[in-house]
Amino acid sequence: MSSGSLESILCKYDGSPHNLLQILREVQEEEGWITPATVAALETALAVPRAKIEGAASFYSFLHLQPVGRYRILFSDNIIDRMGGSQALMERLCNLLWVEPGKLSEDGLVSVTTTSCTGMCDQGPALLVNGRAITRVDEARIDAIAERVRAQVPLAEWPGEWFQVEDNVHRRDILLGSDFEPGSGLRALHARVETDGIQASNTRSWREGLPRGLVGPATMLDEIKHANLRGRGGAGFTTGLKWEACRNAPLADGQDRIVVCNADEGEPGTFKDRVLLTSHADMVFEGMTLAAYAVGARRGFLYLRGEYRYLLEHLEGVLARRRRDNLLGHSIIGIPGADFDIKIHVGFGAYVCGEESALIESLEGKRGTPRNRPPFPVTHGYLDQPTIVNNVETFAAAALIALNGGEWYKNIGTSHSAGSKILSVSGDCERPGLYEFPFGVSVAEVLEACGAKDTQAVQVSGPSGFTIAAHEFDRKICFEDIPTAGAFMVFDKTRDMFQVARNFVHFFAHESCGFCTPCRVGTSLLRNLMDKLHNGQGSPYDFEEIEKLNHILQAMSHCGLGHSACNPVLDTIEKFRPAYDSRLLHQQFTPAFDLDQALSQARQMTGRDDELAHFGAEHGDKQ
Amino acid sequence: MTQTFILDGREIPFEPGQTIIQAALAAGVFIPHLCYHPEFKPHGSCKLCTVKVNGRHTASCTYKAAPGLEVQSNTEELNGERRTLVQMLFVEGNHFCPSCEKSGDCQLQATAYELGMMSPHFDHFFPDRPVDASHPELLLDFNRCILCSLCVRASRDVDGKSVFALAERGIDSHLIVNAASGRLADTNVALEDKAVQVCPVGVILRKRKGFAVPIGQRTYDEAPISGHLPLAEEC
Ligand SMILES: Cc1cc2nc3c(=O)[nH]c(=O)nc-3n(C[C@H](O)[C@H](O)[C@H](O)COP(=O)(O)O)c2cc1C
Ligand code: SF4
Ligand code: SF4
Ligand code: FES
Ligand code: FES
Repeated sequence: MSSGSLESILCKYDGSPHNLLQILREVQEEEGWITPATVAALETALAVPRAKIEGAASFYSFLHLQPVGRYRILFSDNIIDRMGGSQALMERLCNLLWVEPGKLSEDGLVSVTTTSCTGMCDQGPALLVNGRAITRVDEARIDAIAERVRAQVPLAEWPGEWFQVEDNVHRRDILLGSDFEPGSGLRALHARVETDGIQASNTRSWREGLPRGLVGPATMLDEIKHANLRGRGGAGFTTGLKWEACRNAPLADGQDRIVVCNADEGEPGTFKDRVLLTSHADMVFEGMTLAAYAVGARRGFLYLRGEYRYLLEHLEGVLARRRRDNLLGHSIIGIPGADFDIKIHVGFGAYVCGEESALIESLEGKRGTPRNRPPFPVTHGYLDQPTIVNNVETFAAAALIALNGGEWYKNIGTSHSAGSKILSVSGDCERPGLYEFPFGVSVAEVLEACGAKDTQAVQVSGPSGFTIAAHEFDRKICFEDIPTAGAFMVFDKTRDMFQVARNFVHFFAHESCGFCTPCRVGTSLLRNLMDKLHNGQGSPYDFEEIEKLNHILQAMSHCGLGHSACNPVLDTIEKFRPAYDSRLLHQQFTPAFDLDQALSQARQMTGRDDELAHFGAEHGDKQ
Repeated sequence: MTQTFILDGREIPFEPGQTIIQAALAAGVFIPHLCYHPEFKPHGSCKLCTVKVNGRHTASCTYKAAPGLEVQSNTEELNGERRTLVQMLFVEGNHFCPSCEKSGDCQLQATAYELGMMSPHFDHFFPDRPVDASHPELLLDFNRCILCSLCVRASRDVDGKSVFALAERGIDSHLIVNAASGRLADTNVALEDKAVQVCPVGVILRKRKGFAVPIGQRTYDEAPISGHLPLAEEC
């Protein structure tokens, strides 16, 4: 890379080591990979040891310290893609291109492998070429891709429709159905402040001089609390309490409060945040600005998952327009001292970075390892400053609340779950896509709406969520019954629920950050156990092992990833036991070592495959 | 009046700001640990020090002591769970104690004895982790690394060098050194570095010092790891 362009990238990022990962991304976008020369240049320019640069970069699936092919193809490997035939499609592409999965072709032209769910579940099977999503992949498309790769056609000249990503909204409610006018939330709130007068809780903050930046009176906070808004990222934490804790956290000299929007959307089967950012970005950014107003923040970040990199220019455009319209920047809508702006940080393929403290580490330019808590981000977040992290949908809801008031909002949904929830529906149904319902909708109602037939099970809230069986379809989507981050994967009666669980377990093993012993080793042990069952070598003893691993993961893991890694296995063992029993070879212990398998080489060499050449007759039809 | 909490039925005094493990060790009560070291900021990654505080599992090296806490540590349940963690660490790497220079001085081995671990239980992973013998005085045998990051913290925080760092993620996580060649010989590591002294297992070894103390007379040959409290405080 020319030293000039590295120079300008460094300049864009203030030459700050905290921006290391964004600098690496931009360098890689120009050069294809991060060369030793780049690492050496950054070591000097940022005064960061090279081992730290390499340690951080190698944590992320989409940053490359080794040369990669001119075409880097990643098949989304969620169970939904697999149900759509992704494995055969990948095999087809590998055959056409003469490459082995996971290896760079000999001419250095192309590599083909898998990646975790890319958030295109309603229009899959999906893949990424050099980071760009291609949706609705079928055999014809694979053949056409292979042709272009062989002819080395630049990606910019590939047919545009391949890269088309649809919103597929099938049911709109208060959020997806609103024609939100940019700035309307801020203005409505500001109007209310003037008429309401300064309330008790503000006087205190004014007096203590706590909030800086927007210096917002407590009106916004009070509306959010009154609305009973709870986080949409999964845990369902009360948003008002989080914001209040951040607002009240003391600031040291030179510190600011920080607002972070979590658009990492890594939970397989979830894609609602992609649509919100595509078609409702103003609402999301306005929600962030209102949050800044409520907590007194001047700086904001949107942490955008790497799979959604294609949205970056669009989002930057919306931010630029909002700056022009005085909805960001200085003295927002004319309120003196109301200063707030948002930067976008692009991620690089690491599910764990959706966990809020890992996300903050990543924002700081480091490996995405969850922090020890306490202290919590609300007091010690980004660069130790008070920070709120909220989901995309939470901010969008906050904008609606500012516009229409907390009283209006709290009357929608159920008593413990106010408002609506956007569900990302995929799998065996006629109309996969987004469905927004008021909280309290039953699983059966959603299945009806999306045209699902003969449904065997629904995975609600992704692999870390719940496997819901047919007898439970009257259960409700809400925090008091089935809480969800949004995924709703449908499996009809033809599906093998064991394979569903095995796919999820592979996902957790692939995404474990490796920080703590139970999760780093435990998720791999669990994956090996599930593969052992898959290969027909399981015994009831393995259930005890799964139980044991589950206990260790739940009790001792460092973060939510490890805590929930066994959920899909336990749920499916409990509800779909026959899917497991049919795989058990013996009713007693079976070692992982398979004597018959070990003899296969000898059989091949001697050209024998008769019954006597096998150890144990039941092996004959196993594979 | 000093404040106290309850650990396995015993009253333990603590200073404000102390973690549970700090207060326990100071009071002469052993809690198994591998990534904790009194001189460094707690890491909280090995999870060996997990205790139950008011019924909930938590790492005692990161949890601050508070008045009136009810803490359980030396229970059958917790020791069983810790044993499983040690087994995980054994199968994750390549540990062959009889031929290891650190045998008898190794905290992983000693903790395994302490917890009554009889077998690795799980299938071995047998990872491929090449040895780095490039340095004239030091040997790095990554086969035994348990990713406690003590050397990383010591080099960064005490030696001011950052010779070591963690790379990749998940089960592929491993240690790297700060050199373009990736070889220890090309770093500015020095024999006096704190980072060279802290490894709890047999990764960072002095060359030609092998077996200077005969097996049978080593640290944990004389007394089990729980009997080395002062050492746990200072080493
Ligand atoms: C492994 C893991 C992954 C997560 N991924 C996401 C995510 O992609 N998006 C998200 O909003 N929250 C995610 N969360 C939850 C966040 O930690 C955090 O609770 C959330 O962003 C808070 O926002 P909310 O209160 O608006 O829900 C994840 C949590 C864990 C443990
Ligand atoms: S490092 Fe410890 S446990 Fe591992 S082989 Fe050496 S002595 Fe044994
Ligand atoms: S080399 Fe030793 S000190 Fe460093 S991380 Fe590995 S086990 Fe810990
Ligand atoms: S992108 Fe394919 S299922 Fe999620
Ligand atoms: S000693 Fe506490 S987690 Fe390692």
